[in-house]
Amino acid sequence: MTTVVRHRLFWPLAMLVSLLVGNLFFTPDFFAVEVRDGHFYGALFDILRQGAPLLLVALGMTLVIATGGIDLSVGAVVAISGALACQQISGLGDQGAVGGVLFAVALALLLCAGLGLWNGFLVGVVGIQPIIATLILMIAGRGVAQLITDGQIINVNSPPYKAIATGFLLAVPVPIIIAAALVAIVAVVTRRTAFGMLLESVGGNAGASRLAGIRSRRLIIIAYVACAVCAGVAGLMVSSTVSSADGNNAGLLIELDAILAVVIGGTSLLGGRFSIAGTVIGAILIKTLDTTVYTIGIPPEVTLLFKAVVVVILCLVQAPAFRARFTRRQPAEVARA
Amino acid sequence: MSETEPVLVMRGIGKRFPGVVALDGVDLRLFPGEVHALMGENGAGKSTLIKVLTGAYHHDQGDITLGGEQVAFAGPHQAQQAGISTVYQEINLCPNLSVAENVLIGRSPTRFGRIRWSAMRRRAEDLLARLHLSIDVGSDLGTHSIAVQQMVAIARALDVDAKVLVLDEPTSSLDASEVDQLFRVMRGLKDEGIAILFVTHFLDQVYEIADRMTVLRNGRLVGEFRTAELSQLDLVAAMIGKELAALEDIEEAPRREVAALERGTPIVSAETLGRTGAIAPFSLAIHKGEVVGLAGLLGSGRTEIARLLFGADRADQGRLRVDGAPVAFRGPQSAMRHRIAYCPENRRTDGLVEDLTVRENIILAMQAARGWARPVPRGRQDELVARYVKALDIRPADPELPVRNLSGGNQQKVLLARWLITEPKLMILDEPTRGIDVGAKAEIQRLVVELSDGGMAVLFISAELEEVLRLSHKVAVLRDRRLVAELENTDGLDTDRVMAAIASGGAA
Amino acid sequence: MMDLDTKVAPAPVTARVRRFVPRQKYLPVTATAVLISLMYGIGVVNYTGFSDTQIVLNIFIDNAFLLVVAVGMTFVILTGGIDLSVGAVVALTTMVVALLLENGWPPAVVLPVALLMGSTIGLGMGLMIHYFDVQPFIATLAGMFLARGLCYVISTDSIPIDDPFWVRVSNAQLWFGGWFISISVLVALAVVLIAAYVLAYTTFGRDVYAVGGDPQSARLMGLRVGRTRVAVYTISGLCSGLGGVLLSFYMSSGYGLHASGMELDAIAAVVIGGTLLTGGSGYVLGTVLGVLVLGLIQTIITFQGNLSSWWTKIFIGLFLFVFIVLQRVVTRRRR
Ligand SMILES: Nc1ncnc2c1ncn2[C@@H]1O[C@H](COP(=O)(O)OP(=O)(O)O)[C@@H](O)[C@H]1O
Ligand SMILES: [Mg+2]
Repeated sequence: MTTVVRHRLFWPLAMLVSLLVGNLFFTPDFFAVEVRDGHFYGALFDILRQGAPLLLVALGMTLVIATGGIDLSVGAVVAISGALACQQISGLGDQGAVGGVLFAVALALLLCAGLGLWNGFLVGVVGIQPIIATLILMIAGRGVAQLITDGQIINVNSPPYKAIATGFLLAVPVPIIIAAALVAIVAVVTRRTAFGMLLESVGGNAGASRLAGIRSRRLIIIAYVACAVCAGVAGLMVSSTVSSADGNNAGLLIELDAILAVVIGGTSLLGGRFSIAGTVIGAILIKTLDTTVYTIGIPPEVTLLFKAVVVVILCLVQAPAFRARFTRRQPAEVARA
Repeated sequence: MSETEPVLVMRGIGKRFPGVVALDGVDLRLFPGEVHALMGENGAGKSTLIKVLTGAYHHDQGDITLGGEQVAFAGPHQAQQAGISTVYQEINLCPNLSVAENVLIGRSPTRFGRIRWSAMRRRAEDLLARLHLSIDVGSDLGTHSIAVQQMVAIARALDVDAKVLVLDEPTSSLDASEVDQLFRVMRGLKDEGIAILFVTHFLDQVYEIADRMTVLRNGRLVGEFRTAELSQLDLVAAMIGKELAALEDIEEAPRREVAALERGTPIVSAETLGRTGAIAPFSLAIHKGEVVGLAGLLGSGRTEIARLLFGADRADQGRLRVDGAPVAFRGPQSAMRHRIAYCPENRRTDGLVEDLTVRENIILAMQAARGWARPVPRGRQDELVARYVKALDIRPADPELPVRNLSGGNQQKVLLARWLITEPKLMILDEPTRGIDVGAKAEIQRLVVELSDGGMAVLFISAELEEVLRLSHKVAVLRDRRLVAELENTDGLDTDRVMAAIASGGAA
Repeated sequence: MMDLDTKVAPAPVTARVRRFVPRQKYLPVTATAVLISLMYGIGVVNYTGFSDTQIVLNIFIDNAFLLVVAVGMTFVILTGGIDLSVGAVVALTTMVVALLLENGWPPAVVLPVALLMGSTIGLGMGLMIHYFDVQPFIATLAGMFLARGLCYVISTDSIPIDDPFWVRVSNAQLWFGGWFISISVLVALAVVLIAAYVLAYTTFGRDVYAVGGDPQSARLMGLRVGRTRVAVYTISGLCSGLGGVLLSFYMSSGYGLHASGMELDAIAAVVIGGTLLTGGSGYVLGTVLGVLVLGLIQTIITFQGNLSSWWTKIFIGLFLFVFIVLQRVVTRRRR
């Protein structure tokens, strides 16, 4: 029993399960899965579908945080990606042309990769503290997004683009498939190659990693590029959902939710060990929280308050000092500076 | 106060860290007006005992009485308030503050809550003057050498109106005249009735200043002795104890066979290699199968040489050759390509990644050389790790344990294993026996002999001269960031001669 | 015996006392000051009317609340921490002030309540960070959510303030010569002076630097690290409360959307002012300069006139980039 409780994903999972069960209390058919027109529907699918952008941003953020960094610019990247894609598509003669949409999507993601490269360059090569380095793009990026859309909200009418957020593939919503695929890719690349271990090494102890011969510069740049590309995909989903691009509001504050998801998932902001499964749970937990507030009928304004309480509880139960106090062991030596 | 009333008594102190019992039932008595030496090899638990005393660590067992009253300090602040003034082994000061503040912070002179900076400077200058140190006390501490920082730490401790003064290896970077000055001050304090607890690994210093001593071995108390009644030989025996046998085969082997060494083209040779502000240009050649020892005080440039040879810092003067061909290292990777390995002095900050497991830490350098896209196959990892865990007797023998849960000695072995699997030609070992238990120390010394017998070149850095002399074919002596002498380890060489070379700057 | 190369002059006898790095702690602030003069010069040369002293005073008038908040942030960052909650606490303060005034509470009660509330939130976060070892980023993020959440619980709309005292203070112009400032500027300058004094001349201030330099050493030196860390978050909370009061003067309303993103402005100001995010090095004066930089950028963009709002953002980002890179170049040799 204690080993289960000690597992680092125990508390987030427990919280997630209790939220879901709580929902069941208010909406008895919460877990119901319905098949309509050969497609799956249901509250759980809704959570996953709406949570996909956050999940993707958090996924990329996990890699950056593992290096001991942080990326504040993901919200701006979400906006830029959607803006560029919509701007391209709106210029197409036939907005329904799959080729044109694919080209727009590819262009948007390429730009995002470039932005990630910029962040990675500032952090890894110039050596600016991550929080400040990405703050630059966080501020300027919103401007760039509006520059692309010329300050307007661009509406598109493109079925293929719309499908990114609302389509179904083999009865499963497309965003869920995309998110799952990206999670799988990141998991395979980090755990089947040595990328994950080297990333954890750099984040855990940059100095020692250098003396072990690790070229951290490259790893850091890759992490920021991956993060920006994930945010780019999320941006496409966000803008596809509403078939429009809003440079000002798309992805607003998503960086904070993403960071929260990563931390709830057991990855330390100090860098080092990361858990992709934890991030997935963290992101779903946050989305469930939003949904719960809605289904229980709490006014949506209070969501933030609710979130604050959950964060505090999760942080406290996971704090070594807190645990020590309640299991009556000697307070951990490291707990007090 | 009478001689029979100890001012401080520690009884039955026990302290464990993850994977290691650092202290087990240790007693200590301190009398007013005495200098008491706390003796023991590296890793015996001296610093831990001191940190327990000052509340920096919380002990698991035992009790402490100060002036007849039982105390349990929640932290160093309380210990200071109670009259225990401490200089810790690692210089614990704030490099971003001025010298004056480092001497006085926590008890700065104030008037109506306002710090009187001029009074503060004056008092700091006075305190430093007692140690014959005259520097600009307004300058940032971080801009000074280790030796000066050590003096500042001592000055800080002297300022307190203390009953007990604790000095943990305060002389590790001080030269003979600076030590003399410190001893003069210590004698003065002793005459005032202050009890002084003193740690050093220089045996001569103990016999010069200490009245009594307490000897620890592997976290256990060996005994309390009067200095006058214990010969140096007996002291060493007490410190090393039964494990003496473990060291014997190394001891017995009469000096490393310098003559037997074939010195062809050096594996690595530095020619007037240097780096401004770190180490003056030096020349040094290391041959196949040769162990070269680096002797010198803390901060004398030992680590700086190691880092230049490993490409961790870039040289701005001179040339480096590997197998006779000139090379320019752009970073540790370049050095690794030339099969040079480096175990840094500070395992925790520069060596291990404590989050990662034993297996990951061992495989790290090999994996770094291959790049992330070509992982070492898991089967091969397990095989390599199992082999070295067994060969080096790493305990517990569970490769999936986070390395932070291992004891100091086992962590050091993990670090060694990391480099051994890369099959280096030159292994640089910076203080590999510091802070580890005596058993592990003997094993590491034996390993060095084995490796060099097998043809590996070793650069061996240690503050313990006995150890350097035991293992090296050749000893390079450093002082004040210069290489001042290179001594063949033949029969005539002993610690006294090395000390003399350090003291005289090579003129001896 | 070694023969040493004698290209390098032999070390003098006092070698062991020599300093390896020149004193450079004022370099970042100086760099910012130089850059600011440069920017100001560019403005004066390019735009008519820019040289009017009132332009500079207006920067202070428009940013008095940011200045106060940034000063609080300076304390936190000096200890190596960060406080993301400041913007939200500012907004919450405007909200509470507006609500209480609307309900007829006298200003003499509302003011202390506002300050007390800010300090209490800061204290809570400080306790969480110190005693439960929660990372500052996360603890203050929770504080941010909490404060913004409370704003919307009070009201999702803007609450106007028409209390006569508040109106009088917000309209007051203190004239001297041909120029004027607002009362908020006076308050902000007082805060700056007090903060500078505390950091330079009190034991608490020096403890802040010590904790930021090396918390482990500070503890072993007998400083009360915990108390100091909790105190800086409380101070930051207090400054946010005061900043909120000043903003309520400036805006004459309480609103949950006020001061959105202000935490980033405050952090940017502190960093531009040369304070290291890792702690232990920096000055309040730098923070003042940092706020001036942000204000100057805004002013230049306003004077340029024909820039759309998105160009403003891009330029702020660009300026930030140039500043940070230049500062890195200037202070490169610092280790
Ligand atoms: N903070 C720590 N965490 C884990 N182990 C430690 C720590 N400090 C010391 N040790 C271990 O405790 C033992 C005693 O160390 P120490 O007191 O530093 O010895 P000494 O000062 O006599 O050289 C060593 O085995 C060391 O590895
Ligand atoms: Mg020690």
